[in-house]
Amino acid sequence: MSNYETFEYDVLVIGAGGAGLRAVIGAIEKGCKVGVVTKSLLGKAHTVMAEGGAAAALANYDTEDGWKVHFRDTMRGGKFLNNWRTVEIFAKEAPERILELERYGAVFDRTPEGLISQRAFGGHKYRRLAHVGDRTGLELIRTLQDKAVSLGFDCHMETTLTRLLTQGGRVVGAFGYRRVDGQLVVFKAKAIVLATGGFGRMYKFTSNSWESTGDGVVMAYDAGAELQDMEMVQFHPTGMIWPPGMRGILVTEGVRGDGGVLKNGKGERFMFNHVPEFFRAETADNPDEAARWVDDKRNNRRPPELLPRDVVARAIYKEVQEGRGSEHGGAYLDISHKGADYIRKKLPSMYDQFLHLGDVDITKEPMEVYPTIHYAMGGVAAEPDTCATSLPGLYAAGEVAAGLHGANRLGGNSLTDILVFGRRAGEAAGDYANANSHGSVVNEQIEEELDVLMRPLSGGDGVSPYEIQTELQETMQKCAMIARTEESLNEALQTVRELQSKLDDIRVPGDTRFNPGWNAARDARFMLTSSEVLIRSALERKESRGGHWRLDFPNEDPYWAKHNIIAKFENGSVKLEPRPVPTIPPELEEILKD
Amino acid sequence: MSTVTLRVFRGDSTSSEFRDYKVETAPGMVVLDAIHSIQKNQDPSLACRWNCKAAKCGSCSGEVNGKPKLLCKARIDELPQDQPIVVTPIKTFPVIKDLVTDVSWNYEVAKQIEPLRLADEGSTEPLRMQQIDVDRIQEFRKCIECFLCQDVCHVLRDGQRKDIFFGPRHMVRFASLEMHPLDTADRRPFLKEHAGIGTCNITKCCTEVCPEHIHITDNAIIPLKERVADLFFDPIAKLFRRR
Repeated sequence: MSNYETFEYDVLVIGAGGAGLRAVIGAIEKGCKVGVVTKSLLGKAHTVMAEGGAAAALANYDTEDGWKVHFRDTMRGGKFLNNWRTVEIFAKEAPERILELERYGAVFDRTPEGLISQRAFGGHKYRRLAHVGDRTGLELIRTLQDKAVSLGFDCHMETTLTRLLTQGGRVVGAFGYRRVDGQLVVFKAKAIVLATGGFGRMYKFTSNSWESTGDGVVMAYDAGAELQDMEMVQFHPTGMIWPPGMRGILVTEGVRGDGGVLKNGKGERFMFNHVPEFFRAETADNPDEAARWVDDKRNNRRPPELLPRDVVARAIYKEVQEGRGSEHGGAYLDISHKGADYIRKKLPSMYDQFLHLGDVDITKEPMEVYPTIHYAMGGVAAEPDTCATSLPGLYAAGEVAAGLHGANRLGGNSLTDILVFGRRAGEAAGDYANANSHGSVVNEQIEEELDVLMRPLSGGDGVSPYEIQTELQETMQKCAMIARTEESLNEALQTVRELQSKLDDIRVPGDTRFNPGWNAARDARFMLTSSEVLIRSALERKESRGGHWRLDFPNEDPYWAKHNIIAKFENGSVKLEPRPVPTIPPELEEILKD
Repeated sequence: MSTVTLRVFRGDSTSSEFRDYKVETAPGMVVLDAIHSIQKNQDPSLACRWNCKAAKCGSCSGEVNGKPKLLCKARIDELPQDQPIVVTPIKTFPVIKDLVTDVSWNYEVAKQIEPLRLADEGSTEPLRMQQIDVDRIQEFRKCIECFLCQDVCHVLRDGQRKDIFFGPRHMVRFASLEMHPLDTADRRPFLKEHAGIGTCNITKCCTEVCPEHIHITDNAIIPLKERVADLFFDPIAKLFRRR
């Protein structure tokens, strides 16, 4: 029997980004003893990188706004693959959660009346994003961190969990290791909230940090929970492209929201040529109207640069494919016409980022951008009201969960997502913990996982985990990125299968003490499994919708319009099942007709 | 393809050495890119924290040629190329391994700071605050907790007196709360008695290294010192204060 430390909580929260920390607050308010596990230090999670803002129909500028318009925008942006009930809850509760955050200590930018200022963003009909310059994510995570700390919880920093422990058909705990000293740890919990974020590291050019290796979705999947819409990945239209070390790093949509325009290598403002019929009525059709919109949103239609992210990303891709790319093979994003003072006030961290890391002064020159992997719409299937997964005792909130964003997420909706559903998951997990006792941990599951974990340290020569990660990233970038075909997806699948067969041969030097190589070995498994499910789901969805663009099936398909793809681990392999999208009640369907 | 040599601290607080690594350079490369290249191609056991790689999270703090920096913001082409680039962990905190230090003390200190207290606790009404009144605390809230200011603070670094001073990071946090337009708590006695505001001798080293360009000394620490002085040392006020 191996030597491990054991901790016991009513509710265990895995992940300390915004969703995790809001879940902590929710569970504490239910009277629970709460423990949190995070792979990084507290306050460093991916939430910190969110820039633009948190969408909520506060109607501080545009009094016509309300939850129904936010509901409509979110459903339309998601191409109706969203779970209507999830979106309804989201749109209705968003303002409450933002105002609550302000009472926790968040200091948003203000309107002249002293209320929370709101910014325009892609796909949102009205100015809707509560923001703090271009560092809104930092404001959110720090506020939640301080609030949760003041309430009191145990934080296990720099700890990686690799397996959910189950017994009698419910989740009873989790197992993993402390990164700092390699100590093995077992957490016993009555309920678990999964808030582990996304899985974008499987791609070469990504805005995601080392953490986004898909641990959360795969742990849930391994334990028998259902995944949903895993093919739906968001390519953010504007990632940095130069210098090479910065490739993939995010350029906030706020640049376009505040008046930035996209131009191709020939200097043409190409987005006017890429407006889909679906959005034509609400989009400006000439540069003059688009320019007027920046200062007068009431009487002008929005610029085409602010179409939903999937549309803009595809447009940039097409421009480059057709030979009209920028110097390094992307597009130019220019806001210099707004003047230095405006830019430094509205986009301070973008200004800094380009000046110091890209040698570009964005007050004078355009930025160069190309789509980057940014967000996972798909993930663990979660009930709208409680965030319950199909595995009893397990709840999922934030990016790891699926249902809210459908086929494409609108910018600004994720920061609100983590508040609304972080709270709901925390409270529901708290209720579950209060109604159930601890299960018993099955040692066989721990031993099995231990075997997988320790194999890379067993000595001798072998495959480097970085080699596997690099090959996977190259392949996914080439074959499963923005434009997909059956052929390219099959090629990706074949590589994934080959790489999976090498997993047991990974060897790394050193021991378990803060050893990135050893950590990367286990991460590679998560990355390969999540990639496999993504590819198989993408093969299954024979249509183009939102973030999923099939060159061999370029149109939307009426059957797939009404089906989510559910993936489940059964008898050692991926089982896919198309499941009807929940039927929207007539009164809500009315809203969509506007 | 040109190369550069990185001289990296390897080991922990009990035994350590410097090891040299030759790394191929690329345009715009930063020290963190070089560390990743070493991990990937030469030694995967080299320990270093990082997350966002865009100077937003404050994870990758270290010292480059003796200067405290975020490794993700330290451009290689701005450093002398004819000598090895020396990369060491931040000095104020105990080394765990290689470039990773034990910064847990900061999180323990943070727990002691009284959070925001609104007068109408429990209400759900929107707050009313003017932009001009929140400008100054928004500066403090830019802090990314990289702890570089803690690294260069004389009280913490040279004196190793974590027992008497919370350090600049937490002074910034105090300032963001004390200057919040709607906060009603009074943290001045705590600042004087426990957080050690008096021990700062305003050398401004913290301000110089702040990657978020927060004017830590001028805008946070000195005004806090003044507020504490007003409360405890103002001779006129003392006459009128009831004992």
